[in-house]
Amino acid sequence: MSKLYVVRDARSAVRVLDGEAMVMSGRDSTLFSLNKTATIIWQAADGQTSLDEIVGSQVCQEYDVEYASALQDAENMARELAGHGILQISEQPISQARTLAGESR
Amino acid sequence: MISLMEEIEAKALKLNIPLSVQIDLTYRCNEHCVHCYLDHEDHGEMTTVEITNLLDQLAEVGVFVLTLSGGEILMRKDFFEILAYARKLTFCIKLKTNAVMIREREAARIRDLGVETIQVSIYSHRPEVHDGITLVPGSLRRSVDAIRFLTSQGLKVTIANPLMLPTFQDYPGVQALANELGVEVTIDPTITPMMDGDRGVLSLGIGQKELRQVFADESLVGNVEEFCAISAPPGESELESKPCSAGHSTCYVSPYGDVYPCVQFPLPTGNVRQQPFIDIWRHSERMNEVRSIRLKDISGCSQCTHATTCTRCPGLAYMEGNMRGPSSQDCEKSFARTGVPSANLLSKKLSMAGLVQIRSIPVMSAASA
Repeated sequence: MSKLYVVRDARSAVRVLDGEAMVMSGRDSTLFSLNKTATIIWQAADGQTSLDEIVGSQVCQEYDVEYASALQDAENMARELAGHGILQISEQPISQARTLAGESR
Repeated sequence: MISLMEEIEAKALKLNIPLSVQIDLTYRCNEHCVHCYLDHEDHGEMTTVEITNLLDQLAEVGVFVLTLSGGEILMRKDFFEILAYARKLTFCIKLKTNAVMIREREAARIRDLGVETIQVSIYSHRPEVHDGITLVPGSLRRSVDAIRFLTSQGLKVTIANPLMLPTFQDYPGVQALANELGVEVTIDPTITPMMDGDRGVLSLGIGQKELRQVFADESLVGNVEEFCAISAPPGESELESKPCSAGHSTCYVSPYGDVYPCVQFPLPTGNVRQQPFIDIWRHSERMNEVRSIRLKDISGCSQCTHATTCTRCPGLAYMEGNMRGPSSQDCEKSFARTGVPSANLLSKKLSMAGLVQIRSIPVMSAASA
């Protein structure tokens, strides 16, 4: 399976309350509420760290979950959020030329 | 079923976080609207550094929606610097502007920075009426041009159409204009007293006749019968409910750093030049007093027929003299909507009747003397 890289969409608005992110799409103002696991992935989505690294080094460290199943869930979530335009996914590292949503937090 | 936004609001309330904050960047303005409640002189606005420092604090606290308003926001030369900084902090940003300074270049910059909504005030679709309110010839044309520039960039624009006696008959024209421009329109019959307490400007507000027309207009209220229905008396849970979000999940910061529960609630609770925002939000006695008020505490309103459907504004009530009292403008709206006078209006009528009687006695005495 090839690696997947994820990066937050720069036009999204985001704030994390009590470990859970609320994200508003910059494309159509749709509001999303991410659970704690999805928030960890969202915050780590810098375009340079692959999703398997994020899951291995952060999700599995935080929760007692089986790696393969967590990675599958993370990929499904990333593709769903990409469909809504609040996350970009690529099989190559993604340039950080643009400011990432939430990077400064 | 509650919406996601309601869920988030409930969470913010539980965590005591202001989800939404409005900052007026300046009270200076390039229009001179006849109904405006602001003092447009600059009495020492926050500097760029003070504002960016405040934005850092708001982001840290958890503020999500940031409304930048004025005065006219583009009167500040550092407006785009502030906006860029706010976006870097990933706020969901709403702008309120008259838009007369927005041309293609500004619209493109706003798009690049990522703004959720831009609200533009339009008083009439007729230049002579709109410009008669702003006292700036050509202002309608410039505002409408700006709306076109903004929408051509894919930005979401909302027209705010305050209803006043001189413009009332034109609200259908503004609706048609909004339709032509492909933007939403909101109407608001509320006129706010001047900041110095002068209530003379309220004479521009529409009366019962006009309010009734508004509330019978399906294009504004949807199902008229449903909208105008008289509500059931408040139950126990409703009596324990909060009057509005002011001071609970929203607040307002003036260009001078003063923090208030809401833009329409001029109760000073602290100043961010003197103490951190979070200390004001959490520990200000006045903010906590506002927060403590429940429907059951509001004299007259808690027993009123309209208790559960009234749009009572605690800020307007405060400006009338009692934040635990009724807001007469909203009593008038409830009356116009249902045909049933509010408890406050009934009590005023009774006291007015008393006054007439008392005043008539000396006249009678004089005549008979």
